[in-house]
Amino acid sequence: MPNKNTNQQFLSTLPQNIFSGFVVSLIALPLGLGLALASEAPPISGIIAAVVGGILLAIFGGSNVTITGPGNGLVVVLLTAITTLGQGDVRLGFAYTLAAIVLSGLIMVVLGFLRLGILSDFFPSTAIQGMLAAIGVGIFAKQIHVMLGNSDEHGSLVTLLMKIPDTIQTLCTTDNTSFFYAGIVGVVSLLIMIFHAKIRNKYFQLIPAPMWIVVFAVGMSYFFQLVLKQEHPIDQKWLINIPNDVFSTLSFPNFGIIYQAKFITAVISITLIASIESLLSIKAVDQLDPLKRRSNVNKDLKALGVATMVSGFLGGLNVVTVIARSSVNVNNKATNRSSNLFHALFLLIFLLLFQSQLKMIPLSALAAILVFTGYKLAAPSNILAVSKVGKEQLFVFFATLLTTIFTSLILGIFMGIITTFLLHIIMNKNVVLFFRNMLKPNVLMFKETDGSYYVSVKNFSSFVNFYRLKNKLNLIPENENVVVDFSRCSFVDNTVMENIHTYVDKFEDQQGNFEVIGLDLHGAATTHPFAPRNINKDPKLNKELLLTKRQKNIEVIASDFGWSYTPYVEESMHWIEEFNYFKTKQVQTTKNLLKNKNDALFDVVFTEGAFIARQLIRSTMLHINLKHSIPEFTIDKEGLFEFVKQYTEFADIEIPNHPDFNKRFYLSGIDEMAILEFLTDDIVLFLESNSYYHIESNQNGLLIFKKERLASVKEIKAMIDFGLRFETLIKEKYARA
Amino acid sequence: MIEACRFANYFNAKLYVVHIGEDESSKRDFFNQVIEEFGFDGDVEFVFKQGNPVKTLSRFCDENKIDLLILGAVKREKLLKHYLGSVARKLTQQVKCSVFLVIRHSEEEISKKHIVVNGFETEQSQSTISTAFYVAKTLSSKKITIVEEIKNNKVKVDDDRSLRRATITHERKVHQENLRIKKIIDTVEHDYKNNIEVKLQGIFGKSGYSIGHYARVVRADLLIMDTARKQNVLKKMVANDLRFLLSELPTDVLILK
Repeated sequence: MPNKNTNQQFLSTLPQNIFSGFVVSLIALPLGLGLALASEAPPISGIIAAVVGGILLAIFGGSNVTITGPGNGLVVVLLTAITTLGQGDVRLGFAYTLAAIVLSGLIMVVLGFLRLGILSDFFPSTAIQGMLAAIGVGIFAKQIHVMLGNSDEHGSLVTLLMKIPDTIQTLCTTDNTSFFYAGIVGVVSLLIMIFHAKIRNKYFQLIPAPMWIVVFAVGMSYFFQLVLKQEHPIDQKWLINIPNDVFSTLSFPNFGIIYQAKFITAVISITLIASIESLLSIKAVDQLDPLKRRSNVNKDLKALGVATMVSGFLGGLNVVTVIARSSVNVNNKATNRSSNLFHALFLLIFLLLFQSQLKMIPLSALAAILVFTGYKLAAPSNILAVSKVGKEQLFVFFATLLTTIFTSLILGIFMGIITTFLLHIIMNKNVVLFFRNMLKPNVLMFKETDGSYYVSVKNFSSFVNFYRLKNKLNLIPENENVVVDFSRCSFVDNTVMENIHTYVDKFEDQQGNFEVIGLDLHGAATTHPFAPRNINKDPKLNKELLLTKRQKNIEVIASDFGWSYTPYVEESMHWIEEFNYFKTKQVQTTKNLLKNKNDALFDVVFTEGAFIARQLIRSTMLHINLKHSIPEFTIDKEGLFEFVKQYTEFADIEIPNHPDFNKRFYLSGIDEMAILEFLTDDIVLFLESNSYYHIESNQNGLLIFKKERLASVKEIKAMIDFGLRFETLIKEKYARA
Repeated sequence: MIEACRFANYFNAKLYVVHIGEDESSKRDFFNQVIEEFGFDGDVEFVFKQGNPVKTLSRFCDENKIDLLILGAVKREKLLKHYLGSVARKLTQQVKCSVFLVIRHSEEEISKKHIVVNGFETEQSQSTISTAFYVAKTLSSKKITIVEEIKNNKVKVDDDRSLRRATITHERKVHQENLRIKKIIDTVEHDYKNNIEVKLQGIFGKSGYSIGHYARVVRADLLIMDTARKQNVLKKMVANDLRFLLSELPTDVLILK
């Protein structure tokens, strides 16, 4: 009975989904309040969106591990809607905006039925980057004032940015205690946001940064009240305003100005941004999903639409799929939609239980979270990343960014599309190529006699016609072999290159093979893998090999051990993603590869989470290729975190007669018998007597590393030594057997 | 013209050389010279006509019950793509007889080793495929590939489950199409099938558009198409299989009507 099986599986993963929902609700609570405040909506409206979204999406949604709630992208749009529709009256403006939200939900349902989930493919990736950066600037410009204690600043984006020095000056000279303390809380909160990711401590990391801020803010106010026996130093006006009885003070939509042009514009912008944000997030979360499932985008869009309508009627904001919270969800081992439901339920519980505590949170603390979010969206490193794809992309990026800042989001994204298209024409010096072939079917797919799929693309392939290629590629199961041939294509843009890259990853994750051929003749302006390819360009690009001091030292080690050394690795190292450790992480690059016949030591750069929860981690790892098949297991340092893990995942396996090992190491794996048989006395003794390493086996290989940072030259030597001795030990064991 | 002579020779046909323009002796001499150099010994008739080339030629074809109209295509410079002049394009769509579009004008004969045939389900496909075998035999081709269409109108792919369903439907469709084509091949006379490798190839999506692309990818020497697809007026206006093909000729094309 397959049904019973899935039920059992559901029940067995329920604890880890509840746990994950709990952690996500910790981050969703401050974010929900903050995002609503930033849109000048009642703070509770953000929580309503998260609760309604969590419940409805868990029931009707089409994706697996996504989390839904109020989104960053919408802050700017909603803020504009509330101020313009209400003409100064925030309450009235919010009621009109709720009507716009309900209608945008309706449109999203229609989009879902029309199967327009492909909509997001028509936006060039650089233009989307520009748009996101503009949203980031928008959030940043407004919230930095609030963060520094000045919550009365209004005006256009540009004036807000210009006034930042004034606010800083006021903060330093003011004699208003509320202003001063609010500013201090804001700055400390920002520091928590910045340094949270840097501290790689398991217990500290268990609680997400936004929740630490809440804990800090509430703790501070208790400190004043209970220890110093003083009034709260920050005035009511600077604190968050949550009605005492949540359910009696809900706002309801007002459909009074439904025919006015500005209302329709608001509906269109809300729908556009909500759909784009959701679709992009779903796509990104699919890549993070350890089980690599495919989300039903259209079903999700319908469910989001319904949830948005319900949320709008109850006085809540739009429900969109959000990337940061979803990635936290994935990192906490969520397996299905139930974690979204639990996140909603926990939020509801928090709201009912901790109402009085929530009212102690200063606005500036929440603003700090948003300042950080805004900065992440518009960070200079994003611009750098864009320019690495090609200098010409900066043109599109800034055209979109500036148009959005000075006019509106819709015009901005439109500008992005136009400039990208013009850029393609200029890059190719060929108008005919694009206009002649725009509407032509340019993709051919057939199954070759050996069972592999062959896809040939002709003329040009860019964001304009990528959906044709995508439609074909989506028909192929991910465990098949695919060859995509661009040799008949004279131009391939960066949007397509980027998407193709995600296909390569997807197929590799499921033991399929996705190969791109026919790009050798194309030239690119940069070495970036997403750089646009053009047949008229010279394909040769020089690479400078300049080695750092560490690299030179590693080179010496390599010759000491007689291993080969490659500073810049070009070959794909995707096999390391087969290890459990990398299931929820994405490998970006591998560098400094040391290699002998069986073993490889390398620096690997990978990311965990996405967006504000995203962390870039570098580590040095050793991989040993084994000739014998050994059981799958993981050995880690024993600690409290593993103690918690026991109840959500595999239990710690105890080895009889080795109390020291059992106390110090956390051993887990599926086949307990085989693992115990494998870990003979001398192997256990070896592990006990050497310094601690994280060791993971995937049956035919071992992955060994010490810390989640790059190893020093000395540590590399120790690691190689440890690995080699461990390898001989295993060899001896099998030789004896 | 040489290609035309070659074809007439293979099929033992009468060759009409039609020129729209003044009847000048210099032109007549040129035609004669070409035919003599080729050593064509069949029936030849030179026809000189005046007027609108499209109308005149199509009327001429009707009046003389022409079986095959041969047209040359122009090679676009640099791009290595071929396209038809506007006259040839209109003619192809208007005339009632079959049309042969030649893109490789060469004095040396290029043997047509590989023929791609469209085998989409139409009321004509039976005759198209048997004609293709006949042509293949006369041109002593080595290989025929019959292209089938695998439509996916019913099952939309959204997630893993619908993907599995779609994959199964596709496989069933491929099987059905193969059976259908094999039945047709069974009716083809045994003589024509000897020494020819037959391959069946399903392509995904609207293959009406993609067959030209396929022919180019496999470097076919000749593409045989039929035109009798049921299409409503609107579809004909927006996107016609044939028009797509004509705007970018992959190889020599024989259109059967």
